[in-house]
Amino acid sequence: MQETVIIEINDLTKIYGLGEVQVSALVELSLTIHEGEFVAIMGPSGSGKSTLMNILGCLDRPSSGQYFLAGEDVSNLDRTQLAIIRNQRIGFIFQSYNLLPQTTALENVILPLLYNRNGKDGDAQHVAKALAALEAVGLTDRVEHKPQELSGGQMQRVAIARALVNEPVLILADEPTGNLDTRSGQEIMSLLSELHQHGSTIVMVTHDDDIAEYANRTIRLRDGKIETDVQNGAELSRMGKKEMQYAGQ
Amino acid sequence: MRASKIIQIASRGLTKNKLRSLLTMLGVIIGVAAVIIMISISSGTEAAIEEQITGLGTNLVFVQSSFTRGGFGQGGGEQSGGLVYDDAFAIAEEVNGVTAVVVEQPSTETVKLGDTTLEDVAILGTTADFPAVRDMTIESGRYLNQTDIDRTQKVVVLGSTMAEELFGDTPPVGQVITVGNTKLTVIGVFEEKGLVGNTDFDARIYMPITVVFQKFTPSQFARIMGDRVRVIYVEVDAEVPLEDIILQTELLLAKRHDVSLEEPDFVIQTQQDIIQTQEATTAAFRSLLTWVSAVSLIVGGIGIMNIMLVSVTERTREIGIRQSVGASPNDIRYQFLTEALLLSLAGGLIGVIVGIGGAYIFGELGEMRTVIVPSAILLAFSSAAAVGIFFGFYPANKASQLDPIEALRHE
Repeated sequence: MQETVIIEINDLTKIYGLGEVQVSALVELSLTIHEGEFVAIMGPSGSGKSTLMNILGCLDRPSSGQYFLAGEDVSNLDRTQLAIIRNQRIGFIFQSYNLLPQTTALENVILPLLYNRNGKDGDAQHVAKALAALEAVGLTDRVEHKPQELSGGQMQRVAIARALVNEPVLILADEPTGNLDTRSGQEIMSLLSELHQHGSTIVMVTHDDDIAEYANRTIRLRDGKIETDVQNGAELSRMGKKEMQYAGQ
Repeated sequence: MRASKIIQIASRGLTKNKLRSLLTMLGVIIGVAAVIIMISISSGTEAAIEEQITGLGTNLVFVQSSFTRGGFGQGGGEQSGGLVYDDAFAIAEEVNGVTAVVVEQPSTETVKLGDTTLEDVAILGTTADFPAVRDMTIESGRYLNQTDIDRTQKVVVLGSTMAEELFGDTPPVGQVITVGNTKLTVIGVFEEKGLVGNTDFDARIYMPITVVFQKFTPSQFARIMGDRVRVIYVEVDAEVPLEDIILQTELLLAKRHDVSLEEPDFVIQTQQDIIQTQEATTAAFRSLLTWVSAVSLIVGGIGIMNIMLVSVTERTREIGIRQSVGASPNDIRYQFLTEALLLSLAGGLIGVIVGIGGAYIFGELGEMRTVIVPSAILLAFSSAAAVGIFFGFYPANKASQLDPIEALRHE
């Protein structure tokens, strides 16, 4: 398989706290994710999955180790450079939607376009792009609604549209169905599967095995390390995972 | 990010919470309005003072009693010193370069004519040179002459408003009016002069100073020392050096009052001195106002900073969301800075409107004179903008330094 590598992390360590009391959230973790993969990250609380998501999402920086996102080393970028990466390369989907209140669905989706430094678009193009994204998530009839006028599933669709609008190389979903009932959760997961089938690379944190089944690869973390890495239902041995790492190097 | 986008984002941020925006602006509105109102009152006052001074006429020297010797506070019988009526004649006769001397003695009395009674009418006892020195013109009849004054003639000249109020369309000259208990014959009417400073020259009646001394402000000491006067106005020849005239007057009065020049019982001031005193007073007034305005603008600015800080805390999650979709620290900083600037500019604009309205209302309803100064408006408005940037900077910086993970977790 000669697929493009989207995420490559080598010996990634994240240590919180200074001086005597130090907590290692991630310990020399290595991982490679290719274009088009749909990866579920699981693990008990304190296993380091949130820390991993924050670093993958360029919201945080590793203490040591390297992180290449679509071939670019983003381990040591400053806050402004990380903001640009988040804007142009990554789309976030949060458990609690994180839409701006008092702001219409359309305006929420336009937001990432406003912060896009490469964008030379005017207001009209922004609206067109945002409408296209909202259409992709099936919310054409709700564009002028504010978050408080939408259901949870609809709010999450707006969030997905917002994540897609800058055409990111990576979609990060943090418990995307955590606040939703089963039916809405399934709808959102079908939407993510659909995006996956259209070639999007998705990394999703979840603690729900049913939800994780939508992914084609499941990584379990424990104590800041990868415990298991299962692909297409077939579990890779620890040996096999190491081999894969060597292959990546 | 382009400026237009920043303004777009900031103004959206403000219109989402209109009440908070309005309350934030309140401090600036009051500050700016206060600056404009105070400056217009101070300018109005200055203009009134200036008019009053120029209204006095030119080439004037003022001789005033100063009571440094005896006088004030001591028993009435011990009172001595100060200017007397006869000093005026002495100055007129003995000092070279004096063209006219005027003495004024004010009082208020009830004036009656037939059924018409006017209470508290300003009366001015004065001398023959008054119209020349004070630049007044007779419309009908004649003014008081030296004979009227020397003989204490019961005659009166009316200001134009007084003539109108008492007589209407009837010619007043030759008629008799009752002032206090004294009957006086009207011999003339002044042309309208209008308001000079705070003095309405038209709403007064003018009579020989000797009549006022005798009938309205009698003094038990007058027989011994002569009639006391407060001010003697001396009009001088512009060709003669002022210093000479002042020195001659000083020597003359010192000799007449039997005092030394080191401890005189009178003060001689030129118009220049008075202008300088007034300028010093208005300068002090103005600097006081400047400080008060500065303080009110600073208070307004602190108000903005306060609300912006609260706003940053309140909107932490919003900031986190913006950061997650790609807002850089500068994007966040400029957004909040622009919000502060827009708030103070809008507050400044409303403040200018309120200030102009306030100055107008003060001028119309109050007894105050106000002049709206365009430069003051500009100053107040630009200070408001400066205050917005200055006091918006800290909250904006704080917002920009928020950690995106912490901000997203904030409830």
